Amino acid sequence: MTEAWIDAMQILASTLRLATPLIFCAMAGMFSERAGVVDIGLEGKLLMGAFAAAAVASLTGSPWAGLGAAIFASVALALVHGFACITHRGDHIVSGVAINILASGLTVVIGIALFTMGGQTPPLDRAERFRPITLPFADQVADIPVLGPLYAELLSGHNILVYAALAAVPLASIVLFATSFGLRLRAAGEAPEAVDSAGYSVTWLRYRAVIITGVLCGIAGAYLSTAHGGGFVREMSAGKGYIALAALIFGKWRPVPTLFACLLFGVLESSAARLSGVSLPVVGQIPIEVILIAPYVLTVILLAGFFGRAIPPRALGVPYVKER
Amino acid sequence: MSGPLPRWADVLVIPLINVALAFLVAGGVVALIGENPLAALRVMIEGAFVYPGSLGYTLYYATNFVFTGLAVAVAFHARLFNIGGEGQAAIGGLGVMAVCLTLDPYLPGVLVIPLAILGAALFGGAWAFLPGFLQATRGSHVVITTIMFNFIAAGILVWLLTGPLIRPGQSTPQTRNIAPDATIPTVHEIARALGFEASSSPLNLSILLAAAAAFGVWVLIWRTPFGFRLRTLGESEPAARYAGVPVPSMVVATMVISGALAGLMATNAVLGAQEKLVNNFTAGFGFTGIAVALMGRAHPVGIVMASLLFGALYQGGTELSFAYSTLDRNMVLVLQGLIILFSGALAHMLDGPLSRLFAPRRRLPSTP
Repeated sequence: MTEAWIDAMQILASTLRLATPLIFCAMAGMFSERAGVVDIGLEGKLLMGAFAAAAVASLTGSPWAGLGAAIFASVALALVHGFACITHRGDHIVSGVAINILASGLTVVIGIALFTMGGQTPPLDRAERFRPITLPFADQVADIPVLGPLYAELLSGHNILVYAALAAVPLASIVLFATSFGLRLRAAGEAPEAVDSAGYSVTWLRYRAVIITGVLCGIAGAYLSTAHGGGFVREMSAGKGYIALAALIFGKWRPVPTLFACLLFGVLESSAARLSGVSLPVVGQIPIEVILIAPYVLTVILLAGFFGRAIPPRALGVPYVKER
Repeated sequence: MSGPLPRWADVLVIPLINVALAFLVAGGVVALIGENPLAALRVMIEGAFVYPGSLGYTLYYATNFVFTGLAVAVAFHARLFNIGGEGQAAIGGLGVMAVCLTLDPYLPGVLVIPLAILGAALFGGAWAFLPGFLQATRGSHVVITTIMFNFIAAGILVWLLTGPLIRPGQSTPQTRNIAPDATIPTVHEIARALGFEASSSPLNLSILLAAAAAFGVWVLIWRTPFGFRLRTLGESEPAARYAGVPVPSMVVATMVISGALAGLMATNAVLGAQEKLVNNFTAGFGFTGIAVALMGRAHPVGIVMASLLFGALYQGGTELSFAYSTLDRNMVLVLQGLIILFSGALAHMLDGPLSRLFAPRRRLPSTP
């Protein structure tokens, strides 16, 4: 019993670690899409952030400098997206595709120019990474039944960015649903003409939303390369930006359901590693690929309206043209 | 705002300026890295056209891009954005193998090849059917579904290549080779058989199929009632509906045609070049199709030209890795992203300034 409980706590802890970049990216996408800007470029910003964080952490020796660089690089890409979609009313999807391909090429090109290691950054040592934090008394209480492992295995021992991701969800909720800024931001995505007639700039609101998206994707990237991993490898985002987008849709553009979607997709990923080669009762061996594509399949089923309806913000992807 | 641009400017000048901007920014990146952009461009041009066999590679890549570019373009005309070319091409590869692995021991090559081509188109089309169907009947957006389907296709391919389809007795995720007589002949083989000197390259007769597909798409879109309905739908869905166009079935049909074209990429890459199914053989070419379609303005002639440019870039890009320690073929990916940005998302950035430039020279009474 105790063994199984500790196991369960460890699986949940690994779920949390795998879900962290998804949570950041999904919250990032929420700001952008709630304001009316479609963002399929989460993947590219995540990758760019991961590269910038590892490169700068490696050059300066400080993960915090890396985090700053990740945010800077990701916001820069976000502003390109904003410039195309908001200022020039370009197609949001096309711009997102461009951002993703650009990031995929730039990270390797700059990586080779800086480090000549085939697009990787040098492996980061302990001081250059975000280290796990042991919460107070974790070792002392570990032996207490039930609650001990819950505290020691699940809650304690993560790096600071994991806790930041968990904090980002209530923070996003408050900003979006309890501030006047959030109200206007959501209105920019639902009824931009109303925002305009109330005297607020739709353009500036959408730009601020896109910048917040950039900041959050940057943190997610720093997490991938300087906290969860120990350095950048090419294409290390590996579709996580798209899974986050799926989670955002799955959570119907709401913070808490989106968090749970991220955790669900995190469980799938952490169990895929554990289940490979294991024979289960009734179904037998499940190929690991089947578990890994489950988030995409579930999202398609949801989008088709077979369990609940995912209704996007009304003005999502519609450029706002001010009447003259 | 001044009046609209003259047609020649819209068709020729704007696309050229946009591509030039992309090259300029990419050149800036090369310069920042500390290399001479013009020297790098020269290396790429030599790598794409001058070295033995390089032209063959350039045309081989271009053939892939014609298929994926046409796929994106057909959907564009109905104002559908098919980002799923990557997955549809991958599943098209499965279609080729489904035919070849079951039939090539029994049937002669001349029968297997057309069936395999049909398999590629059918499988690719089938993979685009569901996203089209879901958009038409359930309102789920084709962009998101095709993105998801790309990942699902990749997962299926890995699973099949590591399990059921793997060549017995090895661990690399790939199938057995297709019987030699059931592959599409390469151009260098034909040239040698005719007594010419020819360097080896993966260029094969699929290039003729690509040319036929480009012509076919032109006929379909501009010379058939179906194409007329498709373009009407692209111009305005309410107008199409009012004119009696069956919108849902048009959406599905357009997606299936688009997917079939993407699937045909597998005839070039699998049936013509690799002669077996390997993991990730699509190598991002489905996404390159987006850049090609945008740059070619969704017209077959433009797509063929854009494909040739991208074919040269991809082949020339490989040369960068040999010539420089600080540059490699990913520079082409940067350029591709920039072309999508400037020719696609920022396509209308210059409309305003240029239409002012081209506007009839009427001197406005100047204020003193």
